[in-house]
Amino acid sequence: MSADNSGYDYVIKGARVLGGEPGGVYVSGGVFVESAPQGARVIDGDGCVVLPGLVDLHTHLREPGREDAETVLTGTRAAAAGGFTAVHAMANTDPVADTAGVVEQVWRLGREAGYCDVRPVGAVTVGLKGERLAELGAMADSAARVRVFSDDGHCVSDAALMRRALEYVKAFGGVVAQHAQEPRLTEGAQMNEGELSGVLGLQGWPSVAEEAIIARDVLLAAHTDSRLHVCHLSTAGSVEIVRWAKSRGYPVTAEVTPHHLLLTEDLIKGYDPVYKVNPPLRSASDVEAVRAGLADGTIDVVATDHAPHPVEAKDCEWAVAAMGMLGLETALSVVQRTMVETGLLDWAGVADRMSVRPARIGGLAEHGRLFEAGAAANLVLVDPQASRVIEPKGLQSLSRNTPFAGMKLPGAVVATLLHGSATVLDGKVVER
Amino acid sequence: MANRHLLSTADLSVDDANLILDTAEELARVADRAIKKLPTLRGRTVVNLFFEDSTRTRISFETAAKRLSADVINFSAKGSSVSKGESLKDTALTLEAMGADAVVVRHWASGGAYRLANAGWIRSSVVNAGDGTHEHPTQALLDAFTLRRRLGSVAGRRIAIVGDVLHSRVARSNVHLLATLGAEVTLVAPPTLLPLGVDGWPCAHSYDLDPVLPKCDAVMMLRVQRERMSQAFFPTEREYSRRYGLHAARMAMLPEHAVVMHPGPMNRGLEISAEVADSVRSTITEQVANGVSVRMAVLYLLLGGAESAIGNDEKGSAR
Repeated sequence: MSADNSGYDYVIKGARVLGGEPGGVYVSGGVFVESAPQGARVIDGDGCVVLPGLVDLHTHLREPGREDAETVLTGTRAAAAGGFTAVHAMANTDPVADTAGVVEQVWRLGREAGYCDVRPVGAVTVGLKGERLAELGAMADSAARVRVFSDDGHCVSDAALMRRALEYVKAFGGVVAQHAQEPRLTEGAQMNEGELSGVLGLQGWPSVAEEAIIARDVLLAAHTDSRLHVCHLSTAGSVEIVRWAKSRGYPVTAEVTPHHLLLTEDLIKGYDPVYKVNPPLRSASDVEAVRAGLADGTIDVVATDHAPHPVEAKDCEWAVAAMGMLGLETALSVVQRTMVETGLLDWAGVADRMSVRPARIGGLAEHGRLFEAGAAANLVLVDPQASRVIEPKGLQSLSRNTPFAGMKLPGAVVATLLHGSATVLDGKVVER
Repeated sequence: MANRHLLSTADLSVDDANLILDTAEELARVADRAIKKLPTLRGRTVVNLFFEDSTRTRISFETAAKRLSADVINFSAKGSSVSKGESLKDTALTLEAMGADAVVVRHWASGGAYRLANAGWIRSSVVNAGDGTHEHPTQALLDAFTLRRRLGSVAGRRIAIVGDVLHSRVARSNVHLLATLGAEVTLVAPPTLLPLGVDGWPCAHSYDLDPVLPKCDAVMMLRVQRERMSQAFFPTEREYSRRYGLHAARMAMLPEHAVVMHPGPMNRGLEISAEVADSVRSTITEQVANGVSVRMAVLYLLLGGAESAIGNDEKGSAR
């Protein structure tokens, strides 16, 4: 899409393709080619791994409405820095992305920024209110070509409305991405319900509130024969339900966030709201279960739920703090730490969960392609030997609310190519 | 005392707890004097920062600080920082600029005091005067002080805490402190009002009050808010009162020496009958008086020196 900016041809030299043997990857005219083009720029990939450009199914870019937290420009720069070439911009903006006008605005801002393909997610219901369907067809037919619909931040808790949404999006190959949270079971909820919530006096967010909705929705997906995608699944029970649904052949996919792969509720003991997120950080056994689910493919994708917030939204009491964490610039490192270093996934598996499958779910033909000639040249070159201490001030995001601050994480993005054009080179975001 | 703040009774060792209680005992004697004032904290400033109304707790802390000759500033910051008014951070920075030595904070949010003490906004000592449904450490200390005076000791005593444990900061602080002091605590409540994971707490629990009473040395009744009923925690006030209220017939099941406690304010007729509240077993007004001594001890130990609380000069070196 941003091929106007390609300019150069590239040779990625000596990188391990999908973590396999070192080889060459060749880019010309914005697409992959079979041999080194004349006069191409050479990027030294020695010791690095080259993967297809990462695709995020769950990103909050905040624009329009909360440009103090993030803009499409800053958010997509963060995405590029994290190795992403496509992001799905969630609908809970202000105004809500529930009309063709708003989704086209976000899509256009993405094109203008040029750091990432921005695919807007359309709201399922008008104003995310869960009362009546938004004009899903108009958003699908718009220039933004919306295929993923979600009220994320809110659950489509009305079973009849959820059923109709699932049915309706079949007309244009859409998918409903559900934020699974039974609202009555989570009124005022502050953290995972368990022994710690009782001790800290923070109102619990019980696992069952997530699992009950997922159980209902997988049955609705089967009944309507329409695609359901489960957002940010966080509990061992949820993994079991999705595993069961898939074993029955139901059209269900699921995602897990990097923070749910690495962090546990114990961090909340100090009441620091940087750890406040929805769904909440869970127990160590839940972390183990979501890792296993991602490894065996029950969970299809890692999605960041990148949720920027201004400083004042986190520099306050736990109860009044906003929910959400940054994720784009640390996702690949967290996956390396939790899945690759543990032997649960190899790099080809990482490419599958962070690029191939999310691209397929989102209907992105130009992403998640494994370097075949003629395909759009979207890739990320990562140095797995590198490590870095996460510094909030060093992030591209406009916000600073990373739960990984001060943590030493493996891996560093060396280069990101979007339609054959570098958005990151030598580990630095390319100015344009 | 090793701690610079008093945020949770879980942070207190047996020695810390006993030091506070012993100091409170010493300071209680001041109340019997004609002139009830000591010069100990002269020139120090104690701020009572209340984000939630609590006249009893504020007055108790104010009296305690004044008896130690501290300057007291009452700062009422009602309303949440989301709706209107200053954020906790800006309030804290203001107090820091004014040079508060100790901040006594009551906050409607769990962790409010913890955040104030640890977010890097202020350097003063922080005393938690109740944070949401988390803790109320000075209440637990005054309860332990009252138990010690009435029963001679806390170690080995059997104490029932009855009522809305789920929403009670008093219960949480008491469970930690009484366990540390060696008491056997049993929480009694309907299952809806016990937190998930209570099995891991250092106490027993029961859904039934009657079998617990004959073995109790003390029974501590918790306030039950009437609005819990509408959230389906229990069906009706009458049913709650029948099953978990302490009335005369139930009180008769207690051993001769057992005492009845309540942190106040009471709902007479709901968790406790008037007859019980006004009986000789009741320690309720005593608890209020003891609150001042215990809070004097806490402020003295956090701000004062290591010497005896009485007859000490005004020199403090805790900071």
